[in-house]
Amino acid sequence: MNPATMSAAAAAGVSVMSVAPSAYLVVGTILFAIGLAGALLKRNALSIFLSIELMMNAVNLLFLTYARMRGDAAGQMVVFFVIAIAAAEAAIGLAIFVALFRARQTVDVDKINFLKW
Amino acid sequence: MPFAPSDMALIVPELFLTAAGLVLLVAATAVSRAQEKQIALWSIASLVVTGFLLAVPASAGAGARSAFGGMFAADGYSLFFKVLILAAGVVTILFSLRFVGDSPYPGGEYYGLLLFATVGMMFMVSGTHLISIYVALELMALSQYVLAGYFKRETKSIEAAAKYFVLGAFSSGVLLYGISLVFGATGSLSLAAVSRSIVLGPKSPLLVLGIILVACGLFFKIASAPFHVWAPDVYEGAPTPISAFFAVGPKLAAYAIFARIFFSGFGHNSSEWTVIIAASSALTMVVGNVGALMQQNVKRMLGYSSIGHAGYALLGLLAYGSKDFGLSSILIYLTAYALMNLGAFGLVVLLETKGYAGESVDDFNGLAKKNPLAAGVMVLFLLSLAGIPPTAGFVGKYLLFSAAMQAGWFWLTLLAVLMSAVSLFYYFRIVRAMYLVEGTGELRWREEPAVTVAILACAALTLFLGVYPQPLIALAKACLLS
Repeated sequence: MNPATMSAAAAAGVSVMSVAPSAYLVVGTILFAIGLAGALLKRNALSIFLSIELMMNAVNLLFLTYARMRGDAAGQMVVFFVIAIAAAEAAIGLAIFVALFRARQTVDVDKINFLKW
Repeated sequence: MPFAPSDMALIVPELFLTAAGLVLLVAATAVSRAQEKQIALWSIASLVVTGFLLAVPASAGAGARSAFGGMFAADGYSLFFKVLILAAGVVTILFSLRFVGDSPYPGGEYYGLLLFATVGMMFMVSGTHLISIYVALELMALSQYVLAGYFKRETKSIEAAAKYFVLGAFSSGVLLYGISLVFGATGSLSLAAVSRSIVLGPKSPLLVLGIILVACGLFFKIASAPFHVWAPDVYEGAPTPISAFFAVGPKLAAYAIFARIFFSGFGHNSSEWTVIIAASSALTMVVGNVGALMQQNVKRMLGYSSIGHAGYALLGLLAYGSKDFGLSSILIYLTAYALMNLGAFGLVVLLETKGYAGESVDDFNGLAKKNPLAAGVMVLFLLSLAGIPPTAGFVGKYLLFSAAMQAGWFWLTLLAVLMSAVSLFYYFRIVRAMYLVEGTGELRWREEPAVTVAILACAALTLFLGVYPQPLIALAKACLLS
């Protein structure tokens, strides 16, 4: 929230809650940690994939926050690239999991052991 | 980030290859199985034309140029890697002609995907901005996931793809997190600006963590320990021509960006990251070479051996400061690495028949009697992999190890030499199978001119560079200067 909007809101008598940027960094880091833990601990390939998506989105939040703190639009530009790549990754990943399920009737990574893991 | 329309001229080779890939992908839907060979030949033609488009401005003496607001660099360093990558692409397609043609899977899209992976690698080695490098890396990786699982009804192939995808996406997430921390600490994503900011500002813990995470993401891509577990599985499960491609192309591109990010971006913070790279290098050499001892499957063994080689190549990154060779030793080593791995995988392609038979060490039994030329060529590649003269592998290792000694990494060089001795043991199991063991029953062997020509070309170059490496050394040094 930029100062101009805040003073305008204050003049109108609306109370505005301002959140420090560092709070977003904390949320982003926690989200990344949850994603990381999920990717390492889950045994279902789809849950692992969702955890990885969470990691990517945590990174997006960090990029946006840093971009805002530094007033540098490059960080916001990155987010569009990451979203586009995550979408492409989802398409390919899900296709691979479907093919895997057809071949093995499971997407449990503990049972995918035809090759020594 | 301003850019002039003339910047487009610098990416003409990449644009051409992208267009060729798209056209061939569409054309592939219209052709019958019998005509797929045409698609393959057109892909080879487009790779060759791309090579010419690269070589023409370079031979006209155009020096290093930067485009798109410092996102893309056309310099000698990237040119060297691009030529190697294009050559690996051509050899892979030659290996694939019959391999994919005989398989029950339509091969049209296969060649398009190979071209897209190649485009990704070309943009990677030219990237001078963390985001252009990341996007190019993903273009390469996404094409690779599909190629690894191309034989989708073979359990091994689709398993390899699933493992590669899960671990690859995970490592990309880690890499991206590292990039975001570097951005937070330095306020920039362009390597030049990151480097400036590192020189001027204090070293924050955020920056150090960011650098470590970027290194972890890249360790995955070059398959170095402790992020190497995917490599043997993927090399074993993927279609063999694709394993050959994975062992060479993506590794070259990943080394190129590793060196570029760390030297032109993080160079001034070196005391932090040399420790990590040295530790990973030592661990990688041990894990790769000891792991290979136990393998019965040749593709898997070559996978572990390529992990070992990743460890040696990391020595080159540590030896950056050494005045005589430094970075040029990596270029020479990677050239030798590309030639000998393509050749060794090529022989597995020739031996292999349907359903992954022909991949085990026992399948090489008695090859020397049935086909002395093939056995001799395989011995040459194995000698080169083990680093014995007169082969390119020896020259590469010699330059790399002497550069590391000059830079003061004695214990690591000693470990590398010890591990090369260990590697002799498993490489010579194949030699023993070919020369000393009687072949039982029918030796499956396919005469295939395209593969034979590619293998013989690799063998000739391996031998030539082993005997007379001066032109390559001069070329590598000239490329690094421009």
